Amino acid sequence: MKIKVIVTLKNGVLDPQGKAIQQTLNGMNFGNVEDVRQGKYFEIEVNEKDEKKAKSLVDDMCKKLLANLVIEDYKIV
Amino acid sequence: MRSSVIIFPGSNCDRDMDVALKKFGFKNQMVWHNDQSIPKSDLIVLPGGFSYGDYLRCGSIASKSKIIKSVIDFANSGGLVLGICNGFQILTETGLLNGILQQNKFLNFICSNVYVKVKDKQNKYFKDLKKDVLELHIAHNEGNYFCSDDELKSLEDNNQIAVTYCGVDGTENEKANPNGAIKNIAGIFNKNKNVLGMMPHPERMIDKYLSGEDGSLFFKNILDNFK
Repeated sequence: MKIKVIVTLKNGVLDPQGKAIQQTLNGMNFGNVEDVRQGKYFEIEVNEKDEKKAKSLVDDMCKKLLANLVIEDYKIV
Repeated sequence: MRSSVIIFPGSNCDRDMDVALKKFGFKNQMVWHNDQSIPKSDLIVLPGGFSYGDYLRCGSIASKSKIIKSVIDFANSGGLVLGICNGFQILTETGLLNGILQQNKFLNFICSNVYVKVKDKQNKYFKDLKKDVLELHIAHNEGNYFCSDDELKSLEDNNQIAVTYCGVDGTENEKANPNGAIKNIAGIFNKNKNVLGMMPHPERMIDKYLSGEDGSLFFKNILDNFK
């Protein structure tokens, strides 16, 4: 079963890459771009048929490795 | 004093550290990350570099490697653990040190000499150090120290801030901050001050003809405090 995870920086945490992307977009005449936050996307193939179990495993993975909870939030989608 | 330098795939300051430690009389040995245990040591060093190509987050993969359990046990039993640059990043990812090193504020890789102010001397690294400001070298892309307000307060209350970026005269201000680190932080301790992580490289400042000798002071001081 494939579980998808999105990791993003928490609100208020400086995202210099997102800022640079936003400024570039503005420079390309996408003037209405007010903010960009960059994140990470994972597709995790888990050998588990029960979706609930698979998601709970991935939740554990997020806490232990995929996200650093000091600055990042994660969302299992 | 016996020391061990841990080598991860992608470490690149391990040999410089080995040269520096031996120069001042440490009996140093190199330890591979896949080993289970660390030879008897008084100091463990996690060197600089780009362990695992900085994949996922700097230091995150190395912080789960086989040898790390021994490093954590050693630290928890009061042993001295020093993380330089990528080593500092690894220490934050293990949870031995608070916070995280984020990408530099202006997105540039910084390679330059800096001055750092020693903020605390009640520890085995800086006790009785003759100088208050050291000239050291930094080379990093992710050195922008960040932690939550609560963690910062706790770092300050327990005097866990080890070194901060400053001017040549010791002034700490925005101008002296190369990477956007919160409160100019260049290095911190754990609560017991046996674990030290810092971005600047003392091992690059051990020769007066090549660079400078403030790194020598740092290593000699650790030895002096051990005697």
